[in-house]
Amino acid sequence: MLGPQQSFASPGAVNVIGALLEQRTGQQIAANRAWRIETALKPVLREHGLDTLDQLIARLAGERHGPLADAVINALLNQESSFFRDAGVLEMVAEAALAIQAEHPGRRLRVWSAGCSVGQEPYSLAMLFEELAVSRGLAMPEIVASDVCPQALVRARAGRYSQFEIQRGLPVRRMVSWFDSENGEWVVRPELAKRVQFRCHNLTRDPAPVGKFDIVLCRNVLLYFSASVRRSVFDTLHAATRDGGLLVLGAGETVIGQTEAFRPSDRFRGFYVADSGQASLTRAAVR
Amino acid sequence: MKTCLVVDDSKVIRKVARHILETLNFTVREAGDGREALDSCLEAAPDVVLLDWNMPVMTGMDFLRALKESGIAQKPKVVFCTTENGMAYIRAAIEAGADEYVMKPFDRETLQSKLQIVGVA
Ligand SMILES: C[S@@+](CC[C@H](N)C(=O)[O-])C[C@H]1O[C@@H](n2cnc3c(N)ncnc32)[C@H](O)[C@@H]1O
Repeated sequence: MLGPQQSFASPGAVNVIGALLEQRTGQQIAANRAWRIETALKPVLREHGLDTLDQLIARLAGERHGPLADAVINALLNQESSFFRDAGVLEMVAEAALAIQAEHPGRRLRVWSAGCSVGQEPYSLAMLFEELAVSRGLAMPEIVASDVCPQALVRARAGRYSQFEIQRGLPVRRMVSWFDSENGEWVVRPELAKRVQFRCHNLTRDPAPVGKFDIVLCRNVLLYFSASVRRSVFDTLHAATRDGGLLVLGAGETVIGQTEAFRPSDRFRGFYVADSGQASLTRAAVR
Repeated sequence: MKTCLVVDDSKVIRKVARHILETLNFTVREAGDGREALDSCLEAAPDVVLLDWNMPVMTGMDFLRALKESGIAQKPKVVFCTTENGMAYIRAAIEAGADEYVMKPFDRETLQSKLQIVGVA
């Protein structure tokens, strides 16, 4: 049996690839998962006619930002997602949207899905909001969705899902209402697609998008950031959030002990509220 | 523990479904067609029925209609599980009262997710 020990990758090669990923995305590869690099990169090697990771690194040295580097990043990032992931959390986002609208009538809500992978999260939000527009008079919020990975965004914009992807988490009634079937795949209908604006955005590098958001979701993204990167990402998220706006993290993620920019919400359990003027304090404390 | 009745004329499919359902902590019963399934439901209603479409004796659709008219007090949830993956079939199933729909082939995660959606897992 081929174990992780009999790899064709030198430890040096693994380090270089790990460094590229961290530099481009802030994501760290846990030491006990380093052996997975090879498995993940095999299709990329094959596609580019390369035999070993060392050859790959030689090629990358010349083109750190080309399509090859993008393909490597795409292969290494954990992009797992599903429709209505943690459905109860999304229901609460919907309630929060209604509550904010009631407090600020006439304002068009803005929602940011940061680290949106191939689009299940923002499309789930769009479906929920569309339903609330009909049933409870929600004015359709603006939904911005972003990811660091260009390939993920291509797929997200296309809104095309395999039979396995479409069946994970998506109730069948919503599936037939919002998707068309095309040669065994399921494609999001234009009327839903137009509700989401996709953008390339790197949480560890790029400044917060312009304009403040009422609700920011950043779920299952922060997990593999180092503590210091995470802290600065919280500052970016804070800069993007309206005073009193809400931050939603993944199950098992928290701001507690990591930043003073957000505090737990009393009203929406598990959500966090942006504290006014706290981000700069955090930054000062880090220096 | 919840009970799931697996209705499929293929023994292999029933076996695969049983295996997955048992790992999800279900008590599993089996039926080879709609008629057997109806009898089984009349004897003791399960929490959920995993229902194939094309079967001899009584099809999934006919079973669904018969179940509706059977007067069983605690109606089980019904999840179609079929290779009929076209939009027209899916719409017809929803119209006839199916709660969820699984397109074959399926895996553990698909099944678990659909059972969660109907509130039995
Ligand atoms: C595990 S997925 C989570 C998707 C979705 N939020 C969910 O919870 O289902 C994490 C996503 O974060 C993205 N990501 C990783 N590092 C990022 C960064 N520095 N900036 C923006 N997105 C990043 C990855 O490309 C991936 O698509």
